[in-house]
Amino acid sequence: MSTRVPHPVFTEEMRKTHTILFPNMVDIHFRLLQNVLEQSGYHARLLTNEGSQVSSTGQKYVHNDTCYPALLTIGQMISALETGGYDPDRTALVLPQTGGGCRASNYVSLLRKALRDAGYPQVPVISLNLQGLDDSPGFKITLPLLRKMLACMAYGDLLMILANQVRPYELQSGQTDQLVDQWIRELSGQFETGAGYDLHAMKRNDGLIARSFHEVPVRRVPKVKTGVVGEIYVKYSALANNHLEEFLRQQDCEIMMPGIMQFLLYAADMPLEDVRLYGGKKSTQVLNGVMLTYLTKYESLVMDAIGLYPEFTVPARYRRLKELAGGLIGTGCKMGEGWLLTAEMAELAESGYGNIVCAQPFGCLPNHIAGKAMIAKVRRRYPEANIVAIDYDPGAARVNQENRIKLMLSIARENLQQRTAAAAD
Amino acid sequence: MHRIGLDIGSTTIKTVVLNESGRVCHTQYERHYSRIAQKTREVLQTLSRKFPGLQSLCISGSAGIGLSEQLGIRFAQEVFATRQAVTTLQPEADVVIELGGEDAKILFLSGGTDFCMNGSCAGGTGAFIDQMATLLQISQDEMNALAMDHEKIYPVASRCGVFAKSDIQPLLNQGATKEDISASIFQAVVSQTIAGLAHGRPIRGNVVYLGGPLTFFSMLRETFDANLKLTGVCPSLSLYYVAYGAALLAGEETFDLEKLADRIPQLTGWQSYDSLRPLFRDRRERVAFETRYGQQLPAFLEPSGDPVRLYVGIDAGSTTTKCAALTEDGAIAFYRYLPSGGQPVRHVRDFLLELYDRWPNCQILGSAATGYGEDIVRAAFGVDLGVVETVAHYTAAKAYDPQVDFIIDIGGQDIKCFKIRNGAVDQIFLNEACSSGCGSFLQSFAGTLGYDMETFCEHALKGTKPVDLGSRCTVFMNSSVKQAQKDGAAMEDIAAGLAVSVVKNALYKVIRLKQGQKLGDHIIVQGGTFLNDAVLRAFELELGMPVTRPAAAGLMGAVGAALYARDKGLDHSTLRTRDQVLNLSHSVKPTVCQGCTNHCRLTVNVFDGGKVCIAGNRCEKPVRHAGSESGHNMLAYKRQRLARFSSRKGSRKTIGIPLVLNMYELLPFWHTLFTRLDFGVEVSGFSSLALYHRGQGQIPSDTVCYPAKLSHGHIQALRDRGIEDIFYPCLSYNIDEDKSVNHYNCPVVAYYPESIQSTMPEQKLLMPYLGIHRRKDFAKHFWKFLREEVDDTVRLRDVQKAVNAAYEALDAYMEDIRSQADIWLQEARSRGREVVVLCGRPYHADPEVIHGIDQYIASTGRLVLSEDSLGHHTSQADTDVLNQWTYHARLYSAARWVASQHDPAIQLVQLVSFGCGVDAITGDEVRAMLESEGCLYTQVKIDEITNLGAVKIRLRSLFAAAGQRQQSRQEGASGCRDRRQPGVSDRRQERQQA
Repeated sequence: MSTRVPHPVFTEEMRKTHTILFPNMVDIHFRLLQNVLEQSGYHARLLTNEGSQVSSTGQKYVHNDTCYPALLTIGQMISALETGGYDPDRTALVLPQTGGGCRASNYVSLLRKALRDAGYPQVPVISLNLQGLDDSPGFKITLPLLRKMLACMAYGDLLMILANQVRPYELQSGQTDQLVDQWIRELSGQFETGAGYDLHAMKRNDGLIARSFHEVPVRRVPKVKTGVVGEIYVKYSALANNHLEEFLRQQDCEIMMPGIMQFLLYAADMPLEDVRLYGGKKSTQVLNGVMLTYLTKYESLVMDAIGLYPEFTVPARYRRLKELAGGLIGTGCKMGEGWLLTAEMAELAESGYGNIVCAQPFGCLPNHIAGKAMIAKVRRRYPEANIVAIDYDPGAARVNQENRIKLMLSIARENLQQRTAAAAD
Repeated sequence: MHRIGLDIGSTTIKTVVLNESGRVCHTQYERHYSRIAQKTREVLQTLSRKFPGLQSLCISGSAGIGLSEQLGIRFAQEVFATRQAVTTLQPEADVVIELGGEDAKILFLSGGTDFCMNGSCAGGTGAFIDQMATLLQISQDEMNALAMDHEKIYPVASRCGVFAKSDIQPLLNQGATKEDISASIFQAVVSQTIAGLAHGRPIRGNVVYLGGPLTFFSMLRETFDANLKLTGVCPSLSLYYVAYGAALLAGEETFDLEKLADRIPQLTGWQSYDSLRPLFRDRRERVAFETRYGQQLPAFLEPSGDPVRLYVGIDAGSTTTKCAALTEDGAIAFYRYLPSGGQPVRHVRDFLLELYDRWPNCQILGSAATGYGEDIVRAAFGVDLGVVETVAHYTAAKAYDPQVDFIIDIGGQDIKCFKIRNGAVDQIFLNEACSSGCGSFLQSFAGTLGYDMETFCEHALKGTKPVDLGSRCTVFMNSSVKQAQKDGAAMEDIAAGLAVSVVKNALYKVIRLKQGQKLGDHIIVQGGTFLNDAVLRAFELELGMPVTRPAAAGLMGAVGAALYARDKGLDHSTLRTRDQVLNLSHSVKPTVCQGCTNHCRLTVNVFDGGKVCIAGNRCEKPVRHAGSESGHNMLAYKRQRLARFSSRKGSRKTIGIPLVLNMYELLPFWHTLFTRLDFGVEVSGFSSLALYHRGQGQIPSDTVCYPAKLSHGHIQALRDRGIEDIFYPCLSYNIDEDKSVNHYNCPVVAYYPESIQSTMPEQKLLMPYLGIHRRKDFAKHFWKFLREEVDDTVRLRDVQKAVNAAYEALDAYMEDIRSQADIWLQEARSRGREVVVLCGRPYHADPEVIHGIDQYIASTGRLVLSEDSLGHHTSQADTDVLNQWTYHARLYSAARWVASQHDPAIQLVQLVSFGCGVDAITGDEVRAMLESEGCLYTQVKIDEITNLGAVKIRLRSLFAAAGQRQQSRQEGASGCRDRRQPGVSDRRQERQQA
C-alpha cells in the first residue's frame, strides 16, 4: 500500500463508537441484514438516500468511466457523510469485495481514494469478503454472524420471490407488501432472541411464510411475465436501475427476480471449478466444498417452501442452472456474474418468464460477453425468448431505457394475446 | 370517427389521420424545436378544426411518452407501430430500416421476427447528419447533392457521432473536399446501421426504407443499396409509418381534440426534473457580473500608409480560424475570428489581404501558426514558425497575467487546460475524443433547438430552474435533453443546463477536480466558448471564485503565436507578401502512401511555388526530409519478432490462431506448442481496417474495446482461408509475474472467445478453458483437451515435451524484448536521446490498434519502449488499488520505474482503449504514481479510428513541457547532460532554416 491514500482501520473500539453505513441493494434482504448487524453489536445503517445528488457526488469523486455501481455506492456514501448528519469521526463504511477478475474488486480502493478527496480521510472502510482481503480487526465475520447473514439472504429470496408472484394478482392492493413488512418484523424479532436462523427454525418459518402468501386472496388473470437478469447491483438496486421493478409493475407485469442464494452458491463454487479446470490445492476444495454444501441446504429450504403450493413457480436450483449453462457458455467464465447470468436467462425462458430485461452498467466488462453476446445463443435455443439489454449510466436517459423496455413489452403482450387466444380456441 | 396517430419524435411531430374506411385523409410533418407541449397543442388545435367532434387517438415516439401519460392517451412503442404499419402497407416487406432523428431501427419481418434498436451509445442518425451538415456549413440538400459527385470515401468512425466528428474535422482542415466528406458521412451511417444493429443477421429480400433521413437523402438510400447489394424501396408515406401505425393502434376511446389541446397548458405534474441554481438570482448579480467581465477588445489600429511593424499569429483551430496582427509592444492591431468550415487557407488569405489593404506599407517582422491547420497554413503562406498550442496559449496568458497558474481553454472541439508551476507547464489536461462538451456541442444544440448562439446564450442567462443534465458526452446529452423535454423543462432552463454541463464536463471529467481542490489563484479562461456569458457564469459559480477572461479570450492562440514569433526575435518574415497572396494557387490531390504497410490515405495539398503539405499521415515518414534520424521502436520490434511465428504446415491438421488480444503475447507459446506436436499452424496475422470490416457485422456489444472487436474479423479471415480448427482458448488467469496480488486477465481478454462463438454458430471454435499459470500440470489438462477435441492420437509424453518447449519459447520471446530494450536504453542515454515508455497492453502493438502512434513518436527521434520490455527492472508497485491483473501490473510497475528515474528525458505515455473499463482505474492510479513524484502524465485514448491530429497535439505538448523541464534542469544544475532537446516544432524550424 502506498502512502498516497490514507487507510484507517476499523478497530475493536470503533464497534462501540462508530456507526457503520452500508449501501442498499436488495431491499428486503438488506433490511433484514441491518437488523442482524444491530443485534450483533454493530451500529449499522442501511443507506436509502437517492436523488441526483447521489450520482453527481459519485461523478465528482470517481473516474467517470468507472462502472455505474461504483459511482452510485460511493456517491451515496459520501453524500450521506456530507448531508446525512453522520459525524465523520464516528462513522465507518462497508462495501463488499469479491476479489474476482472484474473491476468491481476495486470498489473498496476507489472508495478510499474518494474519501480522501472529499475530505474524510479518517473514515474507515470495511471490506466485506471471505478471502481475507483487507483485514478489519473490529469487524469479523464470525461463524454465527455468517450464518445469520446467510439466513437473511435465504429469507430475503423467499419473501422476494413469493411477493413477486402474488402482488400482481392480489385483490386488495398493498396486502402483499404489508405481509413482507410483517415478516421482516417477525424474523428480526426472532433473530433478536437468537432464534430463527438454524436450519430447523428456518424450515418452520419458510413453511409459514409460504402459507401466508398462499393465503393472500388473489385473482389470477394472464399477465405478461418478465424476468430481470444483470450485473448484480444494477439488477436489484432501484437507485441504479431507475426503479425498474416499479416500472414493470406499473406496466402490469409479473416479475421474476432470480435470487441471491444462487449468486452466493456460484461464488462458492467457482474456486472449485478452477480446480476442476486447471488443477489446484486440495485445501481450497475442502473449504469451498463445505460452504457449497451448506449453502445448498439453505437453497433447498427456500425452494421446497415455494414448491409447497402449486400456484407458485419454483425457480431452478443452482445445480440445474449450471446444467442450463452447458452448451451456452463455459462454466469457467466466472468474472462478475459470469455464466450464471446466461444460465438465468435460459432458466427464465424455460420457466415462462422469457420476457427478459438484461440490465448492466454501461460498458460492463463481463456483461459484454455473458450478457449481450449470449442473447443470440439463448434465443437460438429458446426462440420465444424476448430479451432487451439495457445499459445504465448517470447520463442514460430514463425515457430511452423505458422506451426500449416498452418495445420488449409490446412484443410480450402480443405473444400473450396470441397464446391466450390459442388457449381459448 | 377518425383515427389519429401522433408520432412525437426527438425533433419532429408527424400526424396521420385515417377516415372511417381506414384511408389516410390527412398528414402533417413539423419540427417541434423541443417545445413539445406547445407544438402538440397547436397540432391538436389544427386537427380539431379540420376534424371536429370525437376522435380516437394514439401517441407514439420517445418524446411522446410523457404527454401520453399525462393526458391518459394510449401509447404505442414506435417500433411496434412501424411493424403494424408495414404489415398493412407493405405486406411483402422482409426487412425494414428506419432512421429517425436520434434512433435507428431494423425490423426483420420474415424468417423469425426480430426488432433491433440502437443502444444508448450510437450516433449515425438524423441528428448526426444534421450536426455534420452544420459542421460542413452546408444545408442538408446540398450535402446530398455534393455526395453525388464524390470521388473517394474516407473512413469515418461510424459508432458514435462524436467520434465521427473528430474524424471529419481534421479531414476538413486538411483540405478534403466536401463532396468526399458528404459521401463518407452517408457511408458511416450505413456501416453503423448494418454493423451496430443487425448483429450479423443478413439483410435480404424486400427492404423498406423509412424515416426522415432515408426519405430526404437519395444518396443515403443509394449507399444502403450499394452496401446491401439490393434495391430497397422508400414508400410514399415513408415519413409517416410510425404515425400511421399509431393510428391503427388507436383504441375505441374517443377524445374531443379541442378540449385535449386546452388541457395541455394546465398539465403540472411533470415539472419534476432536477434543477440547479439559476445563473443569476437577480438583476444585481447580473450587473455585477457584467461589470466584472465587461472589457472589450480595443478598436483596430487606424488604417494608414505608415510602415507599421507587425507580428502575425494564426491559430487554425478545429472549427474556427483566428488571426491576429500585433504591434511590437504586443498590442492587438487587427484581428479576425472566422468559422473555418474546413477552409483555413481561404480564411487566412482573406485576412492577409485585408491586412495589406489596411496598411499597404506595413512591415511583417515575424509570424507563427498553431492549431490543427498549422502545417497547411505554414506551407500555404510561408509562415515563419510553428508552435504547439499549449505553448501559444501560455505565451498569450502570461501577457495578461504574469502570475497565471491555471489556463483553461474551451474551444470549438477541444478543451485544453494547463497548470503552470515555476513558469513552466506542469500538468496538461486535454479532453478525450468522447467527451466533447465544447463549443461545437453548444452550437449544434442551439441549432437543433432553432436558435443562433447569441440568442441561445441570452435565454440561458434567463433560466430560472436550469436542468441538471450531468456531464456526459454529446450522445448521452441528447437523451438527457430529451428526458428534460419529456419532463416539461422550458427552453431557457435547458439552455442554462447545457452551459452548466459544459463547465462540469471540463472540471470533473477532463480536469477531474476534487472537492476542496483549487484550480489555482490566477485562473485565465479563454477560447471561443468562454465568450459565451452563460458558460463563463456557470464556471465561476461552480468554482466559487471569479476568474480572468481576457478581452481577447477568443483569440488567445493567435495572439500567443504572434507573441511567440516576437519573443523568438524574428525581424524579417517569410510570410507571403500581398502579391504573393494574390497569386496563391492551391490544389488538393488524394493519394495512398506506400511508405509502409499502413498505406495511409494522404491528402496532398500543392501550392504555387512547389510547396506541398501532406495530411492524413500517421507517421512522419512521408513528410520527413532525408537525413533526420528515427528512434528505435519496441512495438515495431515486437511485431517483427511475432511475425517470425508464421503459418506453416504439419503432419497433423492445421490449427488456426487468431492474432488478437492476449494471443499477441502468447503466440510464441501456442505456436511452439502446436508445431512441436507437428500440427500445422495458420496465423491470422496483423489487423487492418479491411479485416475489421469483415467481422464488424457480428460484434454483439458495440461498447466493447476496439481490440476485442477486431477478433471477429480475425476469425472470419481464418475461416475464409479454409481453416476449420480455430484455436482461441478462454484464460481467466495469465502467467503470474509476481508483480501483483493476483494474475487475472481482464474479463474481455479472458472470455472473448465466448462472444465470438455466440455470434458465429456455424463455426465451432476450439475454446477450452486453460490455466497457463499452472506450469506444472498444464500439460495434463492440455493433453486432455487435445484428445477430446482435436486429435486423440497425441501422447502425453510428447505433449509434455511440447509444453516445456512452449514455455521456453515464451520466456525467450520476453527475454529478447527485454535485452533489446536494455541495449537501446543504454544507447539513448549515451546519445542523450529522449525515451517514451508507451504503456498499454501487448495487443496495442497491433498496427490497426496503435494507428501509427508508435511510429510517430519514433519518427521524432525518440526511443519508444513498451511496458513489457522493462519487466526485469521493476518490482511490484505500491498501488492504492487492487493490483490483480497481469497486464495492468506491468503498467503500474513501469510507471514506478519511470517515476524513480527522475529524468525529464524519460516520459510515460499511457495508451487506453476506448471502452476499457479497467483503464478507468489504472489511468487514475498511474497518474497519481507519476505526479506524486513530480512527473508528467499523458494519456492517449485509441479506438476504431484515432484522430491522430489530436494525439499529435497531446504528444507535442508533452515533448514541449518535458523539453522545458530539461532546459530548466540544465540551467539550474550543472553537470547534467548539456544537449538540449528541442521540441518537434523547433526541430522543423531548424530544418527549414537550414
